[in-house]
Amino acid sequence: MPRLTPLNAAHKKLGGRLVDFAGWELPVQYAGLIPEHEAVRTKAGLFDVSHMGEVEFKGKGALEAANRLITNDLARISDGQAIYSGLLNPNGGFVDDIVAYRFSPEHIFICVNAANREKDFAWMKENAKGVTPVDRSDEFAQIAVQGPKGFGIVQRLCKKPLEGVGTYRFTTGEVAGVECIISRTGYTGEDGFELYCPPNHAEKLWFALLEEGKGDGVVPAGLGCRDSLRTEMKYALYGNDIDEVHTPLEAGLGWIVKLDKAEFIGKDALVKQKAEGIKRKLVGFELLDPGVPRSHYAILKDGEKVGEVTSGTMGPTVKKAIGIGYVPTALAAEGSTFHVDIRGRAAAAKVVKTPFHTRG
Amino acid sequence: MANGEYPKDLKYTKDHEWAKKSGSAIQVGVTFHAQDALGAVVYVELPKVGTAVTAGAQFGVIESTKAVSELYSPLTGKVVKVNDAVVSNPSLVNEAPYAGGWLIEIESSNSAEWDALMDADTYTKTLG
Repeated sequence: MPRLTPLNAAHKKLGGRLVDFAGWELPVQYAGLIPEHEAVRTKAGLFDVSHMGEVEFKGKGALEAANRLITNDLARISDGQAIYSGLLNPNGGFVDDIVAYRFSPEHIFICVNAANREKDFAWMKENAKGVTPVDRSDEFAQIAVQGPKGFGIVQRLCKKPLEGVGTYRFTTGEVAGVECIISRTGYTGEDGFELYCPPNHAEKLWFALLEEGKGDGVVPAGLGCRDSLRTEMKYALYGNDIDEVHTPLEAGLGWIVKLDKAEFIGKDALVKQKAEGIKRKLVGFELLDPGVPRSHYAILKDGEKVGEVTSGTMGPTVKKAIGIGYVPTALAAEGSTFHVDIRGRAAAAKVVKTPFHTRG
Repeated sequence: MANGEYPKDLKYTKDHEWAKKSGSAIQVGVTFHAQDALGAVVYVELPKVGTAVTAGAQFGVIESTKAVSELYSPLTGKVVKVNDAVVSNPSLVNEAPYAGGWLIEIESSNSAEWDALMDADTYTKTLG
């Protein structure tokens, strides 16, 4: 029996095609993946992301306790700022990728992937020093409003001026009369907000956003287009592009690692890996032959398997067959060529600059 | 094509394919239900003319943005024609699944297999 989010009835009312995702019943699409994908890029889309988890560190030493578990540095940002980060195991591989919110040095709020909720919380509880984390996942629903019209839709429903809430900043306030954490973050490459609200008010907020955004062309959007949108941005998907085995340095996520931070779990492994040289890298590529790259297809060089595709799609905005995968560092430079094994046929591909899509 | 059309003069399979007599061959494609469930078709992989196909076995692939789906042959025989237009323009499957979106033509002499295919009423009942 899959778990239901607080918006389950709303999805049914709107004709969402419901599927099981990480044990949760969620819509993969409503009107269709491509129209929803295009709406997010040109107007706005609403996503139910209530299945994500939320863990809180509160009290004296909260920042230090959280900082020891993540790769990025909460001490380097201000109150009201959020950072994308890795939560690593001692080998430098990912337990998860997360977003950490600094309310204050005594209050840190971390959003984790739905599929890793239990794992992450157990990991943090076991390894946190000084402050015990609290799992607050059941206290929050979450709605992502993504697209060029997203800012306006949320602002019109919120008395507090939001211009000062720049990218990866957040505030709290009422949106459509519902108390929210209003975060200028997202997973689509477009502008917008992620709104964390009490579960019993989620439906009210959802329909208020849909109503307010009607004139802008806002649509409900499902997991299908969420995946095609993030792939076009080369945003990592845990379980595909990152996992317990690959490190941030291999995944092109060195920018979320602050090796000059005093300590964090996985630091030693990364320092060692940096000194020894990174052997494989996560790259973005385009197919030069017909076909579509998909996760787990082999990457071949001179007929030999040298890597694997981790994500792939026919990008609805870029209108090309694009993929993400690990290759030996020697093949990671832009312009490098290799083949992708598509069901026994070697399709030529070349490494390209990412993201595949740029906003605007 | 609103609400799903399932022409009465076609035969159907449980894998959501249709079959139609076309001269001495049998033309094959996917139904309205199939293209609706898939969403926009972005890629179709079809066998070469001359390839042997077996009833119930995979003969190709049809892809949407998100997923790869198998195509299963309704009949045993030999591929005698392939729709090159649909390979260059996969959206034909969505726009005209029973016309411009046809996939292959098979030469088959097994009338028992043809007789065993579903008619439109039986197929539409399986859709629930």
